[in-house]
Amino acid sequence: MLNIALIYPELLGTYGDGGNALALVERARRRGIDAQVISVAITDEMPDASLYLLGGGEDGPQRLSADLLRSSSFASRVRDGSFVVAVCAGLQILGTSFAVEGDDEFEGLGLVDVVTHRGTTRSVCELVVRVGERELVGFENHGGRTTLSPGVTPLGSVERGRGNDGSVDGYRTPTIWASYAHGPVMAMNPWFSDEVLSRVLGRELEPLITVADQLYEERRTKLAR
Amino acid sequence: MPSGFSGRDKVAKAAVRTVNFLSKLSSRGSGTVIGGRVGLALSPDLLFKLARGRDVILVSGTNGKTTTSAMIATGWGTRVATNNTGSNMPAGHVAALVASTSPSVVLEVDESWLSDVARATKPRVIILLNLSRDQLDRANEVRHIAERWRDLLKDLDETTVVANANDPLVVYAADVAANVAWCDVPTPWTTDAVSCPRCTKPLHFDDISWWSECGFAKPLDTVTTLRDGLTVQGIPLDLKLMLPGSFNESNAAMALTALSYLDVDPAGALSRINALSSVAGRFSVRLWQGHVVRLLLAKNPAGFSAMLATIPSDGADVWVAINARVADGRDPSWLYDVPFELLRGHRVVCFGDRKLDLATRLDYGGVDYVVANEKTALDVSKEPVAVLANYTAFQEWRARSIEC
Repeated sequence: MLNIALIYPELLGTYGDGGNALALVERARRRGIDAQVISVAITDEMPDASLYLLGGGEDGPQRLSADLLRSSSFASRVRDGSFVVAVCAGLQILGTSFAVEGDDEFEGLGLVDVVTHRGTTRSVCELVVRVGERELVGFENHGGRTTLSPGVTPLGSVERGRGNDGSVDGYRTPTIWASYAHGPVMAMNPWFSDEVLSRVLGRELEPLITVADQLYEERRTKLAR
Repeated sequence: MPSGFSGRDKVAKAAVRTVNFLSKLSSRGSGTVIGGRVGLALSPDLLFKLARGRDVILVSGTNGKTTTSAMIATGWGTRVATNNTGSNMPAGHVAALVASTSPSVVLEVDESWLSDVARATKPRVIILLNLSRDQLDRANEVRHIAERWRDLLKDLDETTVVANANDPLVVYAADVAANVAWCDVPTPWTTDAVSCPRCTKPLHFDDISWWSECGFAKPLDTVTTLRDGLTVQGIPLDLKLMLPGSFNESNAAMALTALSYLDVDPAGALSRINALSSVAGRFSVRLWQGHVVRLLLAKNPAGFSAMLATIPSDGADVWVAINARVADGRDPSWLYDVPFELLRGHRVVCFGDRKLDLATRLDYGGVDYVVANEKTALDVSKEPVAVLANYTAFQEWRARSIEC
């Protein structure tokens, strides 16, 4: 059974972030892989899962999520090899520190050596990120500026929008991928979902054609420079 | 008109009328916003001057503003000045107050504009319906709106705030007000209030109440309750709305509460509100390409969720139209917060600029769908067909269909 844990959807789900869990589990199931989404409520113990998903949230909920995760087994499970995909606030929480209302340096989980400060402006727009040979299309809505320490690899380079700093977006370690593209980025980028699944399962996946491919092509074409 | 209008104000008022008339004539706009903008540019405190001496009710919140305002305008039982075209920012308010000099005024107000409009119009009553995620690309985060409402309401000593006691964000905003009429009305959508607005710890909910460890909790001194029947100010009232949906019962309860503070006879108001059958095209039955359709506006997860609950599980086709233009919010991510799984067993025909986003959402949700194009066979099993559309998509459907 492939367990996909959706962490605190009530706190970290401002922008339809639950769509990422839905897209991943459906794309696994349609290939005959036994998969389920475990929705982790704030009062739940951290369940065992191969993949943990962190979404976006407002300042108060983001702070609460960081505190709850800190006192859970999440970090040790990630260090033991579970995979994480984080977007938006989730991206910031995994870092060393981030800025939220009332605090310029709130302690993160420190799983990745990145720091997020408050940007001078908010970025609310379409985001296009070149990831290797492909493009990731999505939407961003955040006020952070994230700085990666030397040695931390970004997820890709920004072609449209801001991402971390106008030049690169997110980060990737062997087991943690993060982007500012919030919400249903997995649903909109079927190739990215499949790459995540393939990493988590440790094998290649057979192709799967769905209407999401048409959506992806439409958005990519529309947002191309 | 009361005195106090300078020569420049008079010019500004005349400009509002003239520009709106020209705008309508040239079919360029609905003819309300442009004139209001011109008027405000000529006389920035025009709204204050126009509202002075009138009985003003303001209606704000994420969902139900237009319908609740229409209920008040109908229920009042007199000629009412109102912005019934959906122009719910100051330019629209100015236009409404120029168009009608009636001393009774009800204005729906965009959540982000409530402070400005309330300070200018000094309302007798403000209704706060609910607060949830909507167009986050514009208004950012709902909690910031709750904070701004709170800042406003602590200063308004002369105003009665009619507030939804089941929406923690509304309660957070209103509990600083000098005069609050709490309404215990069903509010199923609380996904945006999981953490306490006061202390950020988890909020606890049960069937009848909610509370936080810090002591922040549902207010108990309610003026209005809608549970097994409606009671306003201790008076039982028999709600028999023609408008569908339990959310409209909540809207009616709050409209009747507001009117009770303006000495409107509740029984009379109720019978007029019961008879209301459509509001600005919402819920209206119309004709399109030989099909009878019922137009339903749903703009955000809470609104969609409430509207989906009104669809009977008869397997009939449902048409859904989604755009993501500026007025809709340019990010359709919220489609994943809508429980479209409720439509399993129906076939959904996807319309609108973002029909592929919708189709993808439905596909992953295990809902049978077809993407509409000019060749789509629109043979329908049952009429009227429910058409759920978000803001600009709804306007398109209204424009392309005709009355029947």
